[in-house]
Amino acid sequence: MKNKKKNGMFTKVLFYGVLSFISIVMIVPFLWMINTSFKDSTKIFVFQFIPNPFKWENYLQVLESTPFHLFYFNSLYIAILVTAGTIFLGSLAGYAFAKLKFRGSSILFLCLLSTMMIPVEVITIPLFLFMRDLGLINTHVPLIAIPILGPAGVFGVFVMRQFFLLVPTELEEAAKLDGCSYFRIYWNIMLPLAKPAVATLTIFTFLTSWNEFYEPLIYINSKELMTLPLALALFTDEVGTKWELLMSASVMATLPLLIIFFFAQKQFIEGVAMTGGK
Amino acid sequence: MEAKVEAAKRPPLKGVKQRKKFIGSEAFYGYLFVSPMVIGFLLVMLFPLIYSIYMSLTDWQLLGDPNFIGTENYQRLVNDPDFWVVLKNTLIFAAGLVPINIILALLLALLLQKNLPGIGFFRTAIFIPVMTSIVVWSIIWKYMFGTEEGFINQVLAAIGIDGPAWLYDPDLAMGAVIVVSALKNVGLNMVLFLAALQQVDKNLYEASYLDGANKLRQFWNVTLPMITPTVFLTLILTIIGSMKVFGQIYVMTNGGPGNHTKVLVYYIWENAFKLFDFGYASAIALVLFVIILVFTIIQWTARKRWVFHEE
Repeated sequence: MKNKKKNGMFTKVLFYGVLSFISIVMIVPFLWMINTSFKDSTKIFVFQFIPNPFKWENYLQVLESTPFHLFYFNSLYIAILVTAGTIFLGSLAGYAFAKLKFRGSSILFLCLLSTMMIPVEVITIPLFLFMRDLGLINTHVPLIAIPILGPAGVFGVFVMRQFFLLVPTELEEAAKLDGCSYFRIYWNIMLPLAKPAVATLTIFTFLTSWNEFYEPLIYINSKELMTLPLALALFTDEVGTKWELLMSASVMATLPLLIIFFFAQKQFIEGVAMTGGK
Repeated sequence: MEAKVEAAKRPPLKGVKQRKKFIGSEAFYGYLFVSPMVIGFLLVMLFPLIYSIYMSLTDWQLLGDPNFIGTENYQRLVNDPDFWVVLKNTLIFAAGLVPINIILALLLALLLQKNLPGIGFFRTAIFIPVMTSIVVWSIIWKYMFGTEEGFINQVLAAIGIDGPAWLYDPDLAMGAVIVVSALKNVGLNMVLFLAALQQVDKNLYEASYLDGANKLRQFWNVTLPMITPTVFLTLILTIIGSMKVFGQIYVMTNGGPGNHTKVLVYYIWENAFKLFDFGYASAIALVLFVIILVFTIIQWTARKRWVFHEE
């Protein structure tokens, strides 16, 4: 009996020990980032729990030397458009694949699915040349259109189709008898029902677009058109070892979104669990 | 009325009438609703893929007309020592990342599946890096690994150890990148494992307990076989992901020191968008495509075999 209690104690210590260690490794970088962002440039090599002098000015300096508000705006509006486009086209196609009968629907769906294995890095080279011929290099069009019509969109179709397959057909039949058109059925009945799937897909798509780095790196040259990840990566090359500035920029780029995602986390985790097992 | 029903039942004939019927029919809306994505698939995925095969057979540069040069790019590839270094680096990265990521994720999922106090905090802490952009995560870690200013070496200095120049040491740089990448995404795999663990039938544990199996036996003989499909899927996805590593390399090392952390996608990017050698870059990109294709096919075939495990 005593042995068993001891054993339970041991398990608990091990349990909390391992988890605390991993959590610290995950969180310390963020604390270190915040800490440094308030440091004076001469104190970078000194460990200070609370920076002294406490320099808010680092943030001002970043905001003054770079068009940070533009990076924010670009990232935000691109992510919103990509998300809206993906949700709309993905759910529309997902509904058709799940509920409407038409010849070749399963083959078409398989074709779409199979593109998920094509790495974006492979098709980027020809896409870059097409975009150049269309005069769309150094615009936001490729950053918005390619994800919606490409990999992110296909993922959206997949998620929405899986969801609509679970919706009972009776609802649709009733609406059909009432004389609803297929678009009305989709828009007024199916889409409202799909709120959980739409929420998951929204978080997913938004996050992917917000964090995307490779495509902006290739398509964008002008500073005022850059998104946050690209601007930060190039800022790293620019300011080199001015870590206090780099960290204030990183804080500004991450923290607001992290707070939002903190609250959306549950949905996100459930989404991963739901869709990950594809 | 009767006649009308009869007419509706009759199979549609050719000509204008059928056309009229098709418009507004279920099939019509089906095609209409999927058409944007299907057109997108042709325009953004399939056509570029075929086009890149053609490009890999040309000497396409930024300016001037491309010439068809047959398999010359592929011959160049085979004889390019840098390509082999890059391929080797990519495999080293995968060989380091995949086991660390999978084992750690599985361990964390096993620990976190119990409902002990504080579990929410740990889950969030492990999941936050997943939601952070790879660029920011890499910038912070580049700083953490800094030779003099970095957190790690400052901690080491505090206990009297002179820390190495992590990201500038040919023997250490890749290891640092691997650890940073594993920490970034371990939460994602952990969540997948947690979901799989929750679906294991509790009766199986009870039965094995009654048979006298201890925790370790239970894990080995009950849990692991039941979650094999998830482990396998996660394994393949992680391998494919590690073949495409780019952001952390770009930010943390730029492929250096020397060529020691230069990986496939970095090499493709460098050839295509820094040297504008599109033909050669396409050839390397297709090698990446074939590698990923092989892993995808393995996954599909194996999935069929294990299908009875899934619902």
